[in-house]
Amino acid sequence: MKRDVITSAIGIVVLTLLLGIVYPLFITGVSQVAFPGNANGQQIYLHGKLVGSKIIGQSFEYQVGNKLTPTKGPLLRPDLKYFQTRPSATGEPYVAGGTPDNAAGTTFSNLGPNSKATEVAIAANIAAYIALDKAPNGTPYYPGGLTQGRVPVDAADSSASGIDPQISVANADIQAYRVAAVRGLPLAKVDSLISTYTSARGLGFSGESGVDVLELNLALDRLTGGS
Amino acid sequence: MTFAGWLTLFLFVGLLTALALPFGSYMAAVYTGERTILDPLFGGPERWLYKILRVNPEHGQDWKAYAKSLIIFSLAGWLMLYFILRTQTLWDFTGLNPMHFHSAPWNVTFNTTSSFLTNTNWQYYGGETTMSYFSQMAGLTVQNWLSAGVGIVVAVALIRGIIGRSGRSIGNFWQDMIRTILYVLAPLSVLTAIVLVFQGSIQNFSSYLTAHTLSGLTQSIAMGPVASQEAIKMIGTNGGGFFNVNSAHPFENPTAFTNFFEMLIVLLIPAALVFMYGKMSGNRRQGYSIYTTMMIMFLGACIVAYIAEAHGSPAQHAAGLHTGVIPGSTGGNMEGKEQRSGIAGSAIFDVVTTVTSCGAVNSAIESFTGIGGAVPFANLSASEVIFGGVGTGLYSILEYVLLAVFLGGLMVGRTPEYLGKKIEAREIKLVSLGILITPLTALFCTALATASSAGRASISSAAATGPQGFSETFYAYLSQANNNGSAFAGYGGFVQPNAGNVGSHGITFADLLGGFDMLFARYAPILFALGIAGALAGKRVSPAGLGTMRTDNGTFVVLLIGVIVLVGALTFFPALLLGPVVQGLTGHLY
Repeated sequence: MKRDVITSAIGIVVLTLLLGIVYPLFITGVSQVAFPGNANGQQIYLHGKLVGSKIIGQSFEYQVGNKLTPTKGPLLRPDLKYFQTRPSATGEPYVAGGTPDNAAGTTFSNLGPNSKATEVAIAANIAAYIALDKAPNGTPYYPGGLTQGRVPVDAADSSASGIDPQISVANADIQAYRVAAVRGLPLAKVDSLISTYTSARGLGFSGESGVDVLELNLALDRLTGGS
Repeated sequence: MTFAGWLTLFLFVGLLTALALPFGSYMAAVYTGERTILDPLFGGPERWLYKILRVNPEHGQDWKAYAKSLIIFSLAGWLMLYFILRTQTLWDFTGLNPMHFHSAPWNVTFNTTSSFLTNTNWQYYGGETTMSYFSQMAGLTVQNWLSAGVGIVVAVALIRGIIGRSGRSIGNFWQDMIRTILYVLAPLSVLTAIVLVFQGSIQNFSSYLTAHTLSGLTQSIAMGPVASQEAIKMIGTNGGGFFNVNSAHPFENPTAFTNFFEMLIVLLIPAALVFMYGKMSGNRRQGYSIYTTMMIMFLGACIVAYIAEAHGSPAQHAAGLHTGVIPGSTGGNMEGKEQRSGIAGSAIFDVVTTVTSCGAVNSAIESFTGIGGAVPFANLSASEVIFGGVGTGLYSILEYVLLAVFLGGLMVGRTPEYLGKKIEAREIKLVSLGILITPLTALFCTALATASSAGRASISSAAATGPQGFSETFYAYLSQANNNGSAFAGYGGFVQPNAGNVGSHGITFADLLGGFDMLFARYAPILFALGIAGALAGKRVSPAGLGTMRTDNGTFVVLLIGVIVLVGALTFFPALLLGPVVQGLTGHLY
């Protein structure tokens, strides 16, 4: 009994030092030397300012006025010249200034499969996605106009992390019509950028291919100038 | 559904088996004291640890001494972790709390401490809004290692009891722990962490970044020593995320490749342990029959989950969404799923982490379809024996093996024997208790939480009406009892109005009930397993005769699956009907 207590006491201290301090420091050392870019989050700088991380989704909305809405923080509108990321369940106003795609307070939507609240949320996302496709004069950018049934699932369902950096190729192909028109670019040019920034499945089979939205939008800005 | 989705499943099974076979042989060498390839590297540290811990590795322990060491060491671990978490701001001098987070309140910390100690890793807190880097490393990461080690050594001790030829010793707890950490967990963790960083996981101590987004907003981005914790979280079937959304976070699971890789390393040790058992018992076919049993049930779960998720949910269809495959999108229920993981990668990941006691998630289980969500329920109801947690899965299924042998013996009217040892009243009593204690604990806690208003306070507002609220509650206590840790995450035990915990408070009822649920359903089965080891260790081995029931053929696999399904179904069917099954059978929205 006494022996076990002594061994346990020494053991937990020594193992805390080894596994809780030495091991993470060792991995940090190796990572910072071998893959410093990755280890620090693949930060992207533009004109000396940090614009985000290559693998963290961000919102491409801008703030309208200084008024706060009752539930969601500042009023935000999508910036139509950018491809928009997936719906995000983050974005409570108390964390990080009320931005959706909050990468310091990630959360699921936890909306159930048979829940009215889920239907309402998805229907709202569908409506918002279709609204994106309307030009100021009311005509749709997408040939023939978007209908509910044409909206890709990833554009209507919120992501798991709330900061999904990718959208599906189908989603990007639809938004391409809008982005090309708003930016005055030929559609073929936008489409070729989409394929440039599409990540393939892992090893050719694992997971799904997806379009890296931040990189795609940065490439578009390089082409036609940003804001 | 897509061809790539099915290919993922079958390549996964093939690759897992190919890796687990040699690793199982290696682990057998580790626990029988043979020389291994890593002896030159770890022999020195091993002897150094024995010396400063004042352990004599040659000293064999009977099951009571083994259990006593294990319990006292666990108690020391609990106290240490609780202390570190509750004194979070004291460690600010290390510079490892750049966001200056306060400690979570006592009740949440009680739950979290019990959770990480028991390999459950149930989380009422959000990592990036609650924990300092110091707490994550020196507190939580350490128990990621140790709780995995405890699970593995109990399995090893039970194997020694089953195959033991002489005396009462079932090994030495301290030697088993140290050898597990050095020879099994350490090499895998280091390799995995480096692969993860290579793929895009982060590993740093910087404070959170502030980005100025292209459209003129600001975005705060959480940082931290993620890869080192992620690696052992998966290898040790722990599952507690560095971030709130766990393996859905791009820094924990950055690419479509890591999604596959993480699934592999979760199942590597549980699968290898089965082969190790075959090798140690002197008849590899004993391992193969158990492996086959597990694999059949695993594949069944994956297939059901994938088909259900690819079909889409009633809420999606009611909102007018088309959920079939179209060019550029695989459709399906993408609510709470990441694009890079996709439907197949999320469904299989979910099965992998709920058949094991891992409980990591790369998608929101609460948003799975009724049937897709019933799969993790069923996996938990099978008491984590389909591979199961590291060690826990093997010692639990060995109890089912003994039960199956006993039932088989009753059917043919012979004294049941397993590997030449007679299975008698004492062993069967312990086996029955060992098997039933977890379901009973889970159901008891669920009933208590459902029947009391203090319990219902944890149900999320979106699930307050209809069967979802019951599903949340049931899943919470089932997951904690099985030391899994995945969640229908709307269920709450911590109200956190802001990051950093100022003004936050825990829901005491859920925190304490969950904590006891985890502790009791972890240590009671461990004591029963060690008790069985002790009871079997001293038994004489009689040679197999013509009448001996074989436990290494197809007939036994069928019998074993039957026993597992029967016990799981009889204990959980009524409760399952009230929650996920109702949801799976109806298109009605609540």
